[in-house]
Order: sequence, then C-alpha cells, then structure tokens
Amino acid sequence: MSADMKKEMSAAAKRRRLNHLLLHAGLFLFAAACVYPLLRIFSVSLRPGDKLVSMDLSLIPAGATFVSYAKLLGDTMFLRWLWNSLLITLATSFIGVSLASTAAYAFSRFRFPGKKVGMILLLSSQMIPAGMLILPLFLMIMKLKLMNTYLGMIIAYSVSSLPFSIWILKGYYDTIPRSLEEAALVDGTSQVGAFWRIILPLSTPALSIAFLFNFTTAWNEYLVARVVLFSSQQYTWTLGLFELQGQYITQWGMFAAGSMLVTIPVLCVFLYSSKWLISGLTLGSVKG
Amino acid sequence: MATVQFKGIVKKFGDNLVLNGVDVDIKDHEFVVIVGPSGCGKTTLLRMLAGLEEITDGEILIDNLLVNELHPSKREIAMVFQDYALYPHMTVEENMNFALRLRKMDKAEIASRVAEASNVLQLNKFLKRMPKQLSGGQRQRVAIGRAIVRKPKVFLFDEPLSNLDAKLREEMRVEIAKLYQRLNATIIYVTHDQVEAMTLAGRIVIMNHGIVQQVGSPIEVYRKPCNLFVAGFIGSPTMNFMTGKLALEGEALFFKNEDIKLSIPPYLLSDAKKHDGREVVLGVRPDDVLVERDGEKCSDKVQGVLEVCELLGHRENLYLKVGGMRVLATVEAFFNRSPGSAVTLCFNYKNMHVFDKATESRISE
Repeated sequence: MSADMKKEMSAAAKRRRLNHLLLHAGLFLFAAACVYPLLRIFSVSLRPGDKLVSMDLSLIPAGATFVSYAKLLGDTMFLRWLWNSLLITLATSFIGVSLASTAAYAFSRFRFPGKKVGMILLLSSQMIPAGMLILPLFLMIMKLKLMNTYLGMIIAYSVSSLPFSIWILKGYYDTIPRSLEEAALVDGTSQVGAFWRIILPLSTPALSIAFLFNFTTAWNEYLVARVVLFSSQQYTWTLGLFELQGQYITQWGMFAAGSMLVTIPVLCVFLYSSKWLISGLTLGSVKG
Repeated sequence: MATVQFKGIVKKFGDNLVLNGVDVDIKDHEFVVIVGPSGCGKTTLLRMLAGLEEITDGEILIDNLLVNELHPSKREIAMVFQDYALYPHMTVEENMNFALRLRKMDKAEIASRVAEASNVLQLNKFLKRMPKQLSGGQRQRVAIGRAIVRKPKVFLFDEPLSNLDAKLREEMRVEIAKLYQRLNATIIYVTHDQVEAMTLAGRIVIMNHGIVQQVGSPIEVYRKPCNLFVAGFIGSPTMNFMTGKLALEGEALFFKNEDIKLSIPPYLLSDAKKHDGREVVLGVRPDDVLVERDGEKCSDKVQGVLEVCELLGHRENLYLKVGGMRVLATVEAFFNRSPGSAVTLCFNYKNMHVFDKATESRISE
C-alpha cells in the first residue's frame, strides 16, 4: 500500500470519527433536553417544603425527603384518582381497540356504499381541534345522563380516539394478503373466525400501537375530564393534581410527587409494548 | 373423490364480463388443467368453485350437489394458493393441522394424518419451523401438505409453481405428478404455463376471454387445435402461421400468397371445390418445417434465407425468411450454416393445420 493511500485512509477514518462524535453530541443534547424537565420535577418532589424555585441545581437537593410522596398518598385522594384514571384508561383502550379493529377490518376488506366517504370523514374528524369538541361532547354526555360517571368518560375517550386507531389498523390490514383469510375460509373458518384466528394474531404490532395511543391519550387527558367530572371522588389524576393548586399557595412538592408517580403506568405500558412498537412504527415502509 | 360440473358459468365484475358461459364436466379421479393467458378468467373460475367468488349466473356441482350458495368449508375442497397462503404465525405442523383442529378431530387421527403427509412430502424435519424459515419449494410443499391432510373430494391448485424458479418448478412439477399417481384424486389445476399443462394434465381446458376454447387430452389439443388461438397458445416454440388463399387448379388445391405456393393434399382438405377461393391461415409447428436434408423427399420445396440460429443444446431454432414471411424451424443441433445463407425448406403436410381466416376455426381434417 502506498504512503498516499495510507494517508487518505487515515484522513477518512478521522472524518468518520468526527462525524460520529458530532452525531452523538447532537443526540446527547436532544436527550438531555427531553430528560432535564423530568429530572427537575423529580428534584422538586424531593425538596423539603413546597419550593418550586430554588438556586440549588443539584438533582438530589439538600435535605431530600419523601415527605411529599407520603403526604400525597396519605392526606389526599391521590390513590383513588389514580385508580379512577386506570379504570377509565384501560376500559377506553380495550373498548377503543376492539371497536377500531373490527371497523378497520370492514373498511379494509368489504365493499359497501360510503366506504371512501367514511374514511375521509374519519380523517377529517382528526383535524378538528380538541377544544372544539368539548361542547358537543358535553351535550352528548349530558343527554345520555352520564355526567360524572366512568361510563361517560369512557365513551367520550373511546370515540375521540377511534378515527386514528381505525386508520392505523386499516393500513395494516391492507398489507395482509387476502389469500390468508381465503385459505382459512377453505380450511373451515367463518369470516369472523378468519379475522379472529388469522388477522388479529398477525396484527399485534398495529394493535399495540392503537392500544398505546388510546392509553396515553386517555391517561393524560384533562379538558374532557374537567367538563364531565365534578365530584372529587370521580376525579382522574389530572383533575386531582389540579386540586393541589390553591389560589394563594400551590403544594409544589406534592404536585411534583404526583407527576412522578403517574408516569409509572405509562412507562410500564411503553416498556412492555416497545418490542411491538418498533416493528409497528415501520409498518408499510416496505412492501411484502 | 368427486366429479365437478360447470354449467353455463357467467361472471361479471360490474360491467366487465369475465366468464361467458363456461361448460366443463370433470370426471372422478381426473387431473384437469385449466390453461390460458393472464386475464382469461381461469383463476376466477377456480375461485368460484372454491366459494371465494360469487357466481353471477350458472351452476357448479360437486358430486352432483349444487354448491353455488355453499360456504367454502362445506364444499369438501382443498386449495393450494399461488402465494402459498401459509399462516405466518403458525408452525408448519400447525399450518397442516389447522383445518383438522377446526373440525375438532381426534388428536391421534390429526397426528397420523400430518405424519403421513409430511412423510410423503419430506417435511418431517420442518414440522416445528415457522413458514419464514423455509425456502420457496418447502413452503409450497407445506401448502400441498395442508391440502392433503384434509382428504378433500377435490384438490384445487391455483398457479402453485409460478413463484418458483425454473429448476424448482421442474422438480415440483414431478412431485405433483407423483402425488397425483399416489392420491388418484380429482385435481383441478390452473396455470398460464402451457408446459405445466401439457406435462401434468389428463385433460386440458384452454380458455381465452372468459370462453372455453377447447377441452381435450394434451395430445389432442396439440395435434388438433380447434382454432387459431389454441394453435398459437399450445406448443413451444409457437406455431408458424401463413395467411393466404386457397385456389383450385385442375383437381388440385393450392395455398397461395405473395411469397409461397403449396399444394394442399386431400387428406388435409377433402372437398377441394368447396374451399376454392377461401381465405385461410396455414399453421405449421417449427418441428414440422423440414430444412435441407430433412426435406429431401418433399415435392414442394421453398427457398429461404437463414436469419438467426438459436442453439438450445440438442435442438436448434432457425429463424428463416421466405419472401416477406418469417418461418421458424426447429432442427437437430448443429446446423452449421452462417446467417444470410440460402436454405431449402419444406413442410410436413401430415401435421399441417388449416384455419379459416374469418372465423379462425380449424377446417382441416
């Protein structure tokens, strides 16, 4: 190998290393920007007293204590709110995914009048800002006499996340060859049987995405809950935490502790479904 | 096993007429190949038999039972799909026993049927594997195995070899032929490959534009194609066609065009006077174009120019120009003449075909 070639190769290796370094520095900055607020909240939750602003930048503050956590769990109805949220969110997710999976199957496989218009209407409903839907949802739930009930919340959340779930699932079903269902029909299943035994097991990635979307949307929702629920017994955690904010004083320690605790269920669901999530996000990027 | 009858089958997709009055009777234990170009309606016909496509008009009977409205699972048929259609989330074994499990069959019986089929198809080693871990040929064997275990009345094959490479296709063709000998089942096999049709079929159904063109044994459709389409579709390389007019000179009938004049023997067209002045298309298979020494004994010799030689191994294709016409001859290798050289050729009249130009139907004996 000539000396010139060696020089050129070492220069190329240096360039590669520099590129990697810059790339990782960029990634680190973005990661830090994402994690920093969370760490600050964690720090606030450990501070003695209810100090939100402090000159101290250390993650674990001086005199760190779990008092805020203990007070939150002991003195407030936080566990009740958490339970309410969990109940509403899980019910919303299961009902939403069940409805969306069957509706999307119909849109993907059957020919019926209004199919195209239906899909466009579903898509356009996603373009309406959430705030604009508050009033119609309020009126609907009031007429159904479901104010201040779990069911009212579940209906409101399920229907609002349906369009997105249907689009995601329909797109996925479209990639599954029809011959699989036809083979199942010839083998002895009904159309429903083919959906249940063949299509659903093959659609786990898309179902996970839809479930996760339903879960996070319902879990973090505040506006609809504010309108539908009015007794603190029925509150979800988003409303409950807001209770900690007074006119003159806000219990920032408990607020931060609550914020930390509510991330746990979402984190668990995310971690559990991450293997599906990654394959689900690349769906449809390649044919076959 | 069973008989299958298609009676006046019509299929429309909107205004598009895909099948136009298909009538075919398939006997018990028969291996019938439905062949035709893409879009001729052959797969639609098979799917209608399987119950996967609605029938616009007509009747389908399996063992004399009208199945038009019967659910696919109740028709006692098994189908091998073009893309295998193996369930990706099930192992080979689960794929094969899926239909039996649905029927809630005895576990021992299921195991014995799967073992029997996997022995026949040499799938024993792969039973616990997932479909994605198999090669194309192995997947096709699993698809066939899935059909065998059900012991259906009729086997349906929808272009099962079209996704395989040439060598594997040849191997699987032999496997399917052996399987038929072993099962002695009623098989309906759809393909666009006329070689598959000729080698596998007991009877061939040739379709074009949703109409059955001819039904017959492979040798029948090869030797006596009923029209120009069948003549051109069956046989490789394709038949040579020469357009011209029949003319009576004395008692003898001649075929004439700008480039060629050939006498038509009475065993091809018996009533010479009847055909005088008729516009016809003469069909000659490349094997029946006799070149140089092969045609020494011929009386009607024609002069041509060799354009291109294609060596196929033991045979050779010669592309010849006779006046303005192109003629393909298939001869023994090696012809050893350079392109541009003059060549004497003649035609084997015994295997010549005469078609009416207007109706495209066969008029020779």
